[in-house]
Amino acid sequence: MAEITYLEAIREAMWEEMERDPRVLLLGEDIGVYGGAFKVTQGFLERFGRERVIDTPISEEGFTGVAIGAAYMGLRPIVEFQFIDFIANAFNMITNFAAKSRYRWGVGVPLVLRGPTGGGVRAGPFHSQNPEMHFVHTPGIKVVVPATVHDAKGLMKAAIRDEDPVLYLEHKYLYRRIKEELPREDFVVPLGQAIVRRTGSDIVLITYGAMLYVALEAASSLEREGIDLEVIDLRSLVPLDRETILASVRRVNKVMILHEDTRTGGMAGEISALINEEAFEDLDGPILRITAPDTPVPYSAELEDAFIPQVADVIDAARRLAAY
Amino acid sequence: MPQMGESIAEGTITKWYKKQGDRVERDELLFEISTDKVDTEIPSPAAGVLAEIRVGEGETVPINTVVGVIDGEGAGTPSQSTSSWTEKLPAVSPESTAAPKTPASPSRQARPTTAGGPPRSSPLVRRMARERNIDLSTVEGTAAGGRISKKDILTVLNTAETPTAVAPPPREAGAVPVETPPPAPAPAHAGRVHSEPMSVMRRSIAEHMMLSRRTSAHVSTVWEADMGSVEKVRREYGGRFEKEEGVKLTYMPFFVRAVLHGLKAYPILNSSVDGNNIVYKRDLNIGIAVALDRGLIVPVIHRADEKSFLGLQRVVDDLATRAREKKLRPEDVQGGTFTITNPGPYGALFGTPIINQPQVAILGVGAIHKRPVVVNDAIAVRSMIYLSLTFDHRIIDGAVADQFMAEVRKRLETWDERIL
Repeated sequence: MAEITYLEAIREAMWEEMERDPRVLLLGEDIGVYGGAFKVTQGFLERFGRERVIDTPISEEGFTGVAIGAAYMGLRPIVEFQFIDFIANAFNMITNFAAKSRYRWGVGVPLVLRGPTGGGVRAGPFHSQNPEMHFVHTPGIKVVVPATVHDAKGLMKAAIRDEDPVLYLEHKYLYRRIKEELPREDFVVPLGQAIVRRTGSDIVLITYGAMLYVALEAASSLEREGIDLEVIDLRSLVPLDRETILASVRRVNKVMILHEDTRTGGMAGEISALINEEAFEDLDGPILRITAPDTPVPYSAELEDAFIPQVADVIDAARRLAAY
Repeated sequence: MPQMGESIAEGTITKWYKKQGDRVERDELLFEISTDKVDTEIPSPAAGVLAEIRVGEGETVPINTVVGVIDGEGAGTPSQSTSSWTEKLPAVSPESTAAPKTPASPSRQARPTTAGGPPRSSPLVRRMARERNIDLSTVEGTAAGGRISKKDILTVLNTAETPTAVAPPPREAGAVPVETPPPAPAPAHAGRVHSEPMSVMRRSIAEHMMLSRRTSAHVSTVWEADMGSVEKVRREYGGRFEKEEGVKLTYMPFFVRAVLHGLKAYPILNSSVDGNNIVYKRDLNIGIAVALDRGLIVPVIHRADEKSFLGLQRVVDDLATRAREKKLRPEDVQGGTFTITNPGPYGALFGTPIINQPQVAILGVGAIHKRPVVVNDAIAVRSMIYLSLTFDHRIIDGAVADQFMAEVRKRLETWDERIL
């Protein structure tokens, strides 16, 4: 079987689920005739028709509300945000309605919210953000961040089959940059399961999304200095796989957390607090965060590179922590 | 403890030139240190009386550790009449040695160890000490700032795995298992032996050699060269050279020159591996291994290709002299891009040297011997030498290595007095 890209894995997952389950449908801006801004949904309109591939007006709150209503009525909508930055326009619908529905009325909202996240492609402050923490902080929504082609497909399938709203954050930098050959048979990556991508004995580096590649590159570079990194790819931020995190911390005893999102109120702080509460006496050094600074994503290439954590930042932090 | 080079984490005091209570002038030699990179003498930063020696001879401490206290005079200290020098030391109060209120972050600079008070450690170390009944004040901390790390306590546990060691208390049910230390190796010191700690330099060499063996794919190739033309130049022009320039004409500049030609023709031998990249270096910085009675050091001729023959000879002499006198500066031993080592003086035909990381090749120069060789189908007596090159097969293939060696040999065999 041929290798496919991360973008193609997302497309395949949606396609196969739409073939399998007639309740699954797509909504979003320019996803039908145009095939989506990044061409993720190219060909869907022709195959599945206008009733299941719906081009919407430019109104995120409107079409997210429509999707929630459709989910109430028994359908399983997938909503595309052309850039995930504009999910902010649908914040009320997602946090006050979709997230709370099961708690208030016992009615689940099987809804997938997906869109391109993250920077590194010189797209500036409105098209490069990482909005995961707004939703990680909202009880009732699951948040997944696939880093590999395999996980892009498996997590999308798991998200579509879940009975509650799932925010699916696909990294636009990875769309066409990574390829992988996938199993022919149907598979899912269960929500809430992290994976150890590299075992090591000196420092655990916890990360997710496109930063996985920064982490792995830093790890192979540090190996030559005799610093052995374990790398955990979280895959799901909610539910968070506490067991995998804590097991590594208890074995390795030093921790760094890396993410592309900004620092304050970021996932790194949350995980750090978790480790502090659950595994304080397993720590042989302070928990270090490697994150973007607390600013909007800069437009200029040089500034964006300074903003997004780089391999050198990880190496620098690892050297300090290893010597501690 | 001053930082001699950015990668240096610790240093050993090898000698104090002053005793406690001695008077010392500014810039007068105060003590001597040995580090991974250099051994050097440290002049006094101030005039006054050496009030206290905190780190004695033979002790190894992290950089920036206070090793002694000079009781300054005249420098704005009107309290000359105070009863003793101790009153002028920064007070070590219980507050200042207690755990900091804000979480400590690993600073880029090591902190000095606190005098007295509980040793700095980590939550993990304190738990392990509690569970295994270890008194932390007896554990030597080797992490930044003298902190006791997991590694240090594992070392103690390993050492304590002798029959007399107290059995650890049974772990409470549900307690998290700590990493079990690997079983202690069988003692290597049975019978009539005496054991002594390795010097800083010895440990550094040991680590560096093992790192290199783990890093590179070492392959050696051995060549033979006829040193007749070099010997002729030395024989006929050596005397004049020494008289005019004041330095003896040795073999080393000839080898350096030959290597420079080789490196220019085959620049991959002057490179490094960085991940999946090969980093070619424009500067040709040739390291010369110098054997010392206490170990080995590799001072570097920076930009050797920009030097005249005389210049090379002077630098070689200067570096070798200062290496033996412990006067090398940190920059003298940094930045090498290719190394020449010389196993010849004691009679070795050739060696298979270990690459000096992060370089990718090293040339070993054997002893020059007169040997019968076949020249034009006749047996002739020639001054021959074996040259061995160890190269990193990750990026250098045998063909390139041998072409390099052919170039080196060609140069060595065809030189005349014009090289001077």
